[in-house]
Amino acid sequence: MRTFPIGGIHPSDNKKWSKDMAIEVMELPDEVAIPMIQHIGAPAIPIVAKGDKVLTGQLIAQASGFVSANIHSPISGTVKAVDIFPNGQGLHRQMIVITREGDEWVESIDRSKELKRECSLTPAEIIAKIKDAGVVGMGGATFPTHVKLSIPDGQKAEILIINGVECEPYLTSDYRTMLERGEELLTGVEILMRALRVERAVIGVENNKPDAVAHLRELIAKGNYRGIEVMALKTRYPQGGEKQLIAAITGRQVAPPPALPISVGAVVCNASTSVAVYEAVQKNKPLIERVVTITGKDIAHPSNYLLRFGVSFKSLIAKAGGLPEGDVKVLNGGPMMGRSVVAIDAPIIKGCSGVTIISGAEAERGKEQACIKCAKCVSVCPMGLEPYLLAKLARKQLWDRAEEHNTIDCIECGCCSYTCPSSLPLLDYIRIGKQTVMGNIRARAIKK
Amino acid sequence: MNALLLTVLTLSVLGGILAVILYFVAQRFKVEEDPRIDDVEKMLPGANCGGCGFAGCRSMAEALVKRDDISTLYCPVAGGKTMVDIAGYLGKTTQEKGPQVATMLCGGTCQKRPKVNHYDGAKSCAVVNTLYVGESACAFGCLGYGDCVASCQFGAITMNPETGLVEIDPDKCTACGACVKACPKALIELRKKWPKNRAIYVACRSKSRGAVVMKACKAGCIGCGKCEKACPFGAITIDNNLAYIDPEKCKLCRKCVNECPTGAIHIANMEPLPKEPKPSAEKAEQKA
Amino acid sequence: MASRLFAAPSPHIHGGESTRRIMGDVVLALLPALCVSTYVLGWRVLLTTAIAVAACVLFEYLIQRFMFKRSSTIGDLSAVVTGILLAFNLPAGIPWWIIIIGALVAIGIGKMTFGGLGCNPFNPALTGRIFLLIAYPVQMTDWTTGIPDTVSGSTMLADVKAGVYGVSEIDFVAMLGGHMNGSLGEIGSFALILGGIYLLCRRVITWHIPVSILATMALFALCVAAGEGGDMLYKLPLFHILAGGALLGAIFMATDYSTSPMTHTGMLIYGVGIGLITMIIRLWGAYPEGMSFAIFIMNAATPLINKYCRPKRFGTK
Repeated sequence: MRTFPIGGIHPSDNKKWSKDMAIEVMELPDEVAIPMIQHIGAPAIPIVAKGDKVLTGQLIAQASGFVSANIHSPISGTVKAVDIFPNGQGLHRQMIVITREGDEWVESIDRSKELKRECSLTPAEIIAKIKDAGVVGMGGATFPTHVKLSIPDGQKAEILIINGVECEPYLTSDYRTMLERGEELLTGVEILMRALRVERAVIGVENNKPDAVAHLRELIAKGNYRGIEVMALKTRYPQGGEKQLIAAITGRQVAPPPALPISVGAVVCNASTSVAVYEAVQKNKPLIERVVTITGKDIAHPSNYLLRFGVSFKSLIAKAGGLPEGDVKVLNGGPMMGRSVVAIDAPIIKGCSGVTIISGAEAERGKEQACIKCAKCVSVCPMGLEPYLLAKLARKQLWDRAEEHNTIDCIECGCCSYTCPSSLPLLDYIRIGKQTVMGNIRARAIKK
Repeated sequence: MNALLLTVLTLSVLGGILAVILYFVAQRFKVEEDPRIDDVEKMLPGANCGGCGFAGCRSMAEALVKRDDISTLYCPVAGGKTMVDIAGYLGKTTQEKGPQVATMLCGGTCQKRPKVNHYDGAKSCAVVNTLYVGESACAFGCLGYGDCVASCQFGAITMNPETGLVEIDPDKCTACGACVKACPKALIELRKKWPKNRAIYVACRSKSRGAVVMKACKAGCIGCGKCEKACPFGAITIDNNLAYIDPEKCKLCRKCVNECPTGAIHIANMEPLPKEPKPSAEKAEQKA
Repeated sequence: MASRLFAAPSPHIHGGESTRRIMGDVVLALLPALCVSTYVLGWRVLLTTAIAVAACVLFEYLIQRFMFKRSSTIGDLSAVVTGILLAFNLPAGIPWWIIIIGALVAIGIGKMTFGGLGCNPFNPALTGRIFLLIAYPVQMTDWTTGIPDTVSGSTMLADVKAGVYGVSEIDFVAMLGGHMNGSLGEIGSFALILGGIYLLCRRVITWHIPVSILATMALFALCVAAGEGGDMLYKLPLFHILAGGALLGAIFMATDYSTSPMTHTGMLIYGVGIGLITMIIRLWGAYPEGMSFAIFIMNAATPLINKYCRPKRFGTK
């Protein structure tokens, strides 16, 4: 069974809490806050003002540049404010606050349930529709999908890879999507293949989800989806990393930065993104909702909810039975790459595939000890780096040496910190080093 | 005896020959350098702190000797007087800059600015800053993990565990500016150094609206503008909900201090003015 | 609300590995060899080991607390490992005060002068042993507390080197079971291999260092034996692997984390280097045994190996 070539770890997947819970539709919130940054790139610019009436699915903020994404109203009602509010990390961001009145949708959106498979649009038209709908990568990186699909001149896509790996422990939103919305997903894949003009698509799924593999294979056979195959991969974190997944499926390694996946002819999209693409292209439905897992060992009712963006972390947590007693850590995402949430009144946005509650003794990190040079971090690093050294260089602010040791290759998967017997916060420092070095590289490029 | 003599003789001859070789090699590879560079280097403090923007005192001295216009070069450790002396020695001109001192512009102590979460990552302000807002709800305040303490080569900055804020010793501070660069929240400013280390400044950098500030911290500037009105010298300006005292215009009259409803204007080494029996101001203070 | 809301950068879970667990595993892996040694050489073995461990732990505690003024780190068990390894490198009948001096050198000079755990360039236990070997050569090579029926009072390596008897006369099965003279930890070859397998299973060590050392030694011995031919072709390599400190060094001493290279390629180079130097000293050097010196020399080369042996960067050929 295939997997990526170097490094990796086997954390306990802990998906049992929420994996058997079918997707539930969460009731509409009375008020939502919609941040203007829900994607990588430039923030969107609000086009509504206080007091405006908006419909569900109406454009409320316009992308401000190529690498940016449109934002639509997830509910119908009145704009209460356009102002600065704290996001999940407590950082001040521009948001549009909307109070709900009923649930009236924009007319052009097709809300019917039946599957619409035929698509005769040209690639340019498909990409335009995806762009209008504000679709971004839903695995967590939130890179605008239309940018990914616009292949630069002189390069050609050969294979579309759908990321159904969900290698993050705890999270099950992609898994449930594959099981319950398989046909929409596969139609989305067909549309993406058409947009990219590729003949082959591979859906990568880890073998800890055999039922998803079997289900998708059955649907492909039944629905005669040509050129799409499902590949079961050996469970190993971080298989869902873009470069790791490409290497696992095609055997080809993307060269170090600034090379992009397209250099080996691959385009990678998340499984949930594929469903969003289907809805955007076939149903004219913009990205206003997604499946979010709420899970944790001490959560009373872990589950998977289909919810509109702008719902607060607090209300989702309340739905699952509230925060457990004692020490807790609320994560936007899974435990390996998720971000700590400190303002639980803040809204859930496009990139949030799950909310994980880490509680009890696990919430607190182990005590830092001296590095014993065991080299475990070196052997688990999927990018072939030396984390102990990069962390040390960043700590000493030796940015040039950190650059020499390829710190910008780091994908921030966290395998090094996870495995460190001395509980050293390796990634905390490497991240600083990576950001500083990337800033230095950009500054040099501008100078030239 | 013979052996001893031979040893002494051999070593002496060897030493002599090597000395001659060394002399010629030194002559051959001699680097012609402006002797004034050495002199200027001696006039500089030799702290090698990098506060001037150069790698060390030697490279600063080279720049001073080589450049025609030295008015932009400044050694914060030596101060303006030395710069004028160096300029005089080199036959160049420069303007004397007054002494400066690093000042930390956050008054949000643990008591005034409650912690709303518990940070558990690497103990570094830079790491905290890239992660999130920090342990309090204020997005502008001191993070309290001491990157400035580590950056100071003169031991002038210490962490006060009681307040959770750093304190700068003006006697040890050389105004090299390392801490200004180290602080990810840009909370440290080089301000004019008054005699007897007197100081007056707004200990807050929050650009949030008053209501947001009040929620996060009881010692923050809410941008009410009372101090601006009270200042007879026009030294105080309000920009983005934040008051700022211009150290060049300020005359240390302290009229603004009692006006501030949150006590965000700090004074050092001075007595505050006696409080006027103005009920409104006191009430506001009690409320805060 | 009594609960605390934590915030930290990712990752938010930990694999549960700890220095203490790793050191605990090493101690566990050393126990079979200790048992064999006690069985063969008697109760003095336990006493020697106990003194060495107690002295190492005590010195580490004192230095941490009163010289460095840091909180004590004896809880990570690394001093216990150093103590056992030091004892394993001593003859059973060694006077107690020599053990204590060895522990002081091992912990004080070998480890703490460089900053403590993880900072030492040389294996602390080896530093102690080599110091004692040079400072007290008589006591350090006094094997008379050894097995009763060995007459010479010296190790097999020394006997073979001096030509007391030939390699072809050796009973290898007895050797495997511990019936040979030597330091405490050297004699139970079979028990040492057992410990090594345990460490491999627990992923405390990887195969690279022990296998490359032993393979190099065996190959070297094979080349030497090629001249003689006959059953020496297998007897000489086997003898060199089983005799002296080869197994103890290859499995437990050379694999010390902070003094061995970080990458697998580096580990192989390091292992081959140790194997070669050991054999050169054994065959042509002044000492009968060269394992400690070989490890010591390669420890010094480790930073250089680390500099040139980088892991393979993802996406490069």
